Amino acid sequence: MSHEHRDDTGARFGMWVFLYTEIILFSGLFLLYSVALSKFPHEFGIASHKLNIYFGAINTLILLLSSLTMAMAITAIQRGKIKQTLLLTSSTIGLALLFLVNKFFEWSAEIGHGIYPGSEHLAAMGPGVTQFFNLYYFTAGLHGFHVIVGATLIGVVTVRVKMGKVTPERYVLLENSALYWHLVDLVWIFVFPLYYLIL
Amino acid sequence: MHATEHQHEPVSYRTLILTWAALGILTGLTIAASRIDMGAGNVWVALGIAASKSCLVIGIFMNMRHESRLFKFGLMAALVILAIFIGMTFIDVLYR
Repeated sequence: MSHEHRDDTGARFGMWVFLYTEIILFSGLFLLYSVALSKFPHEFGIASHKLNIYFGAINTLILLLSSLTMAMAITAIQRGKIKQTLLLTSSTIGLALLFLVNKFFEWSAEIGHGIYPGSEHLAAMGPGVTQFFNLYYFTAGLHGFHVIVGATLIGVVTVRVKMGKVTPERYVLLENSALYWHLVDLVWIFVFPLYYLIL
Repeated sequence: MHATEHQHEPVSYRTLILTWAALGILTGLTIAASRIDMGAGNVWVALGIAASKSCLVIGIFMNMRHESRLFKFGLMAALVILAIFIGMTFIDVLYR
């Protein structure tokens, strides 16, 4: 092959276009949230108090830190520091797993208290509280799914960096997986105050 | 490196770490603000802080500030569509 065709800017733009569709996807859920909040402001406050702020806050800090390590991984590969890149992407995956472990304990505790979609305990608390928790489980669940997808993608990139397929000359795959990961962080930036911190 | 693929200078670790610190401070601020009863104001303060955090993440971590005008236009288009989406929903919900 004499001439290689590549367009890294185009690849990044493609990723951004995909992220816009993700923004619209999550916005639909936030829109449902805001309509329900305007209908049941008091019940949303009661329901929000049942969520554990500590879990929410720690997971916020974990995701912010993982965004930092992912952004630093790009700088590292641009500087040709492969070992640092691998360390930083691996840390991101580790933090993603930590997020999911927290989520597991958080949801286990809530489900243990009888709070899960369709439970009788929830139905007894009325439509406002029920709607809050249905939206909470759906939004946080979809977000958690994105965490799994993002961590898998970063795992693939880490292996490809190690194999020498993603290099300091060609690292758009690392950039695009980082963009995806930052979107996961962005969604959580809105989930945390809207679900955990209502007075 | 390919001549046609111009890459910007790496963003320094220092800039990234400072951004992260600012995001941490804003997280603390959003928690503190949520404990003060401001009525409907609480949601707007929470959204305001979340929007500032988003600007930091998009601008610096996602490096939007070094991307071309096309990227910025795309983001604006997505946000305008979102605003229309929200606006029309509330025109419906609030004036039924």
